Amino acid sequence: MIHDQANYERGDEDVREPLLSEKGQETVDVREDSPLPEDLTRDELTLPNPSEPETARHYTRLSQMNWAIDAGPYPLGSCTMKYNPKFTEDVAADPNAAVHPDRSGRSAQGNLELQYRLQKMLADVGGMDAVTLQPPAGAAGELTGILVTKAYHEHHGNDRSEVVIPASAHGTNFATAATAGYDVVELPSGEDGRVDLEALEAAVGDETAALMLTNPNTVGLFERDITEIADIVHDAGGLLYYDGANLNALLGRGRPGDMGFDVMHYNVHKTFATPHGGGGPGAGPVGVVDELAPFLPTPRVRESTEGSGYERFEPAHTIGRVHGFAGNWLVLIKAYAYIARLGDEGLADAAAKAVLNANYLAERIDLDVPHGPFHHEFAATASDRDAADVAKRMLDFGVHPPTTKWPEMVPEAMLTEPTEIEGQSSLDDLAEAFNLAYADTDEALDAAPNRTAAARIDQVGAARDPRLSWQALDAE
Amino acid sequence: MSRADGTPYAPHTDAETAAMLAAIGVDDEEALFDIPEPVAFDGDFGIEPRTEREIRDECARIFERNDDLTEFLGRGHYAHYVPSVVDHLSDRAEFLTSYTQYQPEVSQGFLQALFEYQSMLVELTGLDVANCSMYDAATALGEAATLADRVRSTSGDTVLVPEQLREGKRAVLENYCDGADLTVETYPMADGTADVDAIADRAGDDVVMLYAESPTVRGCLEERLAAIGDVADETDALFALGSDVVALSVLESPAAVGADVVVGEAGSLGLPTSYGMGLGIFACRDDFLRQVPGRLVGASEDANGDRAYTLTLQTREQHIRKERATSNICTNQAWVALRAAIHAATLGPDGLVDLANDCVREAEALAARIDGLSGATAPVHDRHHFREFAVHVDQPAPAVAEDLETEGFAVHAIDDHLLQVCVTDLNAGRTDGLVAAFEGVL
Repeated sequence: MIHDQANYERGDEDVREPLLSEKGQETVDVREDSPLPEDLTRDELTLPNPSEPETARHYTRLSQMNWAIDAGPYPLGSCTMKYNPKFTEDVAADPNAAVHPDRSGRSAQGNLELQYRLQKMLADVGGMDAVTLQPPAGAAGELTGILVTKAYHEHHGNDRSEVVIPASAHGTNFATAATAGYDVVELPSGEDGRVDLEALEAAVGDETAALMLTNPNTVGLFERDITEIADIVHDAGGLLYYDGANLNALLGRGRPGDMGFDVMHYNVHKTFATPHGGGGPGAGPVGVVDELAPFLPTPRVRESTEGSGYERFEPAHTIGRVHGFAGNWLVLIKAYAYIARLGDEGLADAAAKAVLNANYLAERIDLDVPHGPFHHEFAATASDRDAADVAKRMLDFGVHPPTTKWPEMVPEAMLTEPTEIEGQSSLDDLAEAFNLAYADTDEALDAAPNRTAAARIDQVGAARDPRLSWQALDAE
Repeated sequence: MSRADGTPYAPHTDAETAAMLAAIGVDDEEALFDIPEPVAFDGDFGIEPRTEREIRDECARIFERNDDLTEFLGRGHYAHYVPSVVDHLSDRAEFLTSYTQYQPEVSQGFLQALFEYQSMLVELTGLDVANCSMYDAATALGEAATLADRVRSTSGDTVLVPEQLREGKRAVLENYCDGADLTVETYPMADGTADVDAIADRAGDDVVMLYAESPTVRGCLEERLAAIGDVADETDALFALGSDVVALSVLESPAAVGADVVVGEAGSLGLPTSYGMGLGIFACRDDFLRQVPGRLVGASEDANGDRAYTLTLQTREQHIRKERATSNICTNQAWVALRAAIHAATLGPDGLVDLANDCVREAEALAARIDGLSGATAPVHDRHHFREFAVHVDQPAPAVAEDLETEGFAVHAIDDHLLQVCVTDLNAGRTDGLVAAFEGVL
């Protein structure tokens, strides 16, 4: 397949679609009509002033220069993009759900009920006892989980300073532990790509607050020794944290709670098909076992202790808050609708088809996949080719390339996750794109992409000479 | 062919599934799972699948249980009328169903939209750099504190914030400060705004960040921001200013009063009332460019010499820098930023300034009407207000709020005898009803 992306070229100005500022700005005298005294106001404001038709055309053109899952495969390993069912948008747009967060619980029973139901659904799916919906993204969920861990240890008079993280983990795990004030102990990967039990034994100790683990891990392998891993961490007095990034592979077949995990976050866009919106909003609910429930953020929602209905309550030893209000509410509604649509069988089937697709695609491509058996994603190696260049070439073939050069344990990695939403013919197209790009000449790879709105972009130049606004461009 | 029993969002027919399994060389899907028996799960969550229509009905019934109230609520979450064009353009699947722009060549559209959003925030704050969003105002404030801790030349451990600060915002800040070993302390207010003399007395070597808000949580506009900025400057503290995207369109530019960082809420453009969903502003001076948390879009060139956009300065971020990253944030509120930018473009500077001026006028007018009622005084603070103001009631405030709720109106009860009322273009047409209800319950 060949793909030509829309491309509005203005040859004389070396720009595609002009910036809103280039289409026309207006300067308004703020003080002229101001009800405020002069010393409180700015004198003028300059911003674009497009008409509505111009605005519509501007953003429509921009949208045409943007890849999306509705346009074609988006097999970004570990990031995961799958189809976002349209009806969930309509459910979330219900005007009755649009209430202010400071409403009394009494007057917001509908929202409380949905929160309660979703908390319960997520607890069941994760094998956890209690859930908070407050964290506004996966990384915020990680921070919440680690702060809960910290509060739990401190409550038990147990000041611990380290979080152990496998080298192959998501970068957020490391950054999260540091944000929470922990030292990071990096655990080298075992030869088979999994956690090495001896290395783990050596890494944990009295200072270990938690081990953060992704399972299946970031090359799609299930940590077969999970029970032993849990024992080692627990025997050292640490907690086991589940990075929910790959929960989509386990739906209906394994639950973190049953594997000995104490605390976890859910990535709702990856597991429950909420739209990613080009970089959020997400949601990162956190589930915990009973012992950690008193430390969760406030408020949580429960069935009313008196009478019917639902009420907010403050957990006994709460860490406080991780979001100013109730998190990314509209996203949470969409997650609820998706889970309800699929039910037990649909969720299990989503995992089965995701794993089937990853294995089928791996069969179809000419690149080696060093580690297996993998589940929903695999790390192919571009070996003597540059993975980033192969990826750029793939853009010309009507697909988005996989995540490249990560995880580092696989040389020139192309971390690929097709998800359950691709059918056989789509996977064949994807495989063809892999194979054509992988076999192409060095010159072709260097010159790629050719059919996208922009040709290869100078990223080094962008960072060396940062121009982050139209004001910065104008100043040149 | 059959897809009846599984997910409706996988295209496989039984024949295709069989062909794919054969190509892999296994008999069934279960053979592909490598989960040891002791930790395997039988799949019984007890979640019954429903049809689309059933779920829409179910959720509609649930949300009908929210009382039909006219809200005069604010304190950090505000709603203005969102023009239809915002929904229709932002809902385009090319935007809504895209991922972070890791391949910029095929993601120019969203990158340009975010670049434009950053530029609008640069204009509104007067600062050099704005990122393409944080989760909300509270987490943006938390990130500002950790930035202050990183950039200050001499060590200190105190973050100074107003006594009157939304409790939830304070709680989020405490969590960010916890990991950086910072302590949050408050300075007193004088009639609704910062007591600058008290700030000057308290400021010193140990204070790494001084935070002020305008409008404050009670809707008061700070009158002495430049003086606060001077104190921060003299004591080498970072001056972080909290504001709101609509208010910024008329208030004195944060850069002009010496702000080093601006945080706050931009979801008041583009987002309807959404139970507290937000869009965190983070803007700062050029000096801190390499310490900024979150994503930045920059302009560059492509191989043809045409202007192109890309995520940039990614060595600040967690996927490169790991535990030495400036923040753990990755996914942010990009789509909400897109909506805010479309909303701002639709209003234009004229419309934005008009909207902001109405936030001042409507609040003043409603306060005057409530002040005319026996048993109520408004505004409590002798300040200029933006959208909202505190009301003193002779009766216990929680009881008055509850009575108003019975009459169909929601207001905040913020203290024993204090209410807070927020008015925007959405509820301005209902103020007669609110005033009548007040009269009835007071």
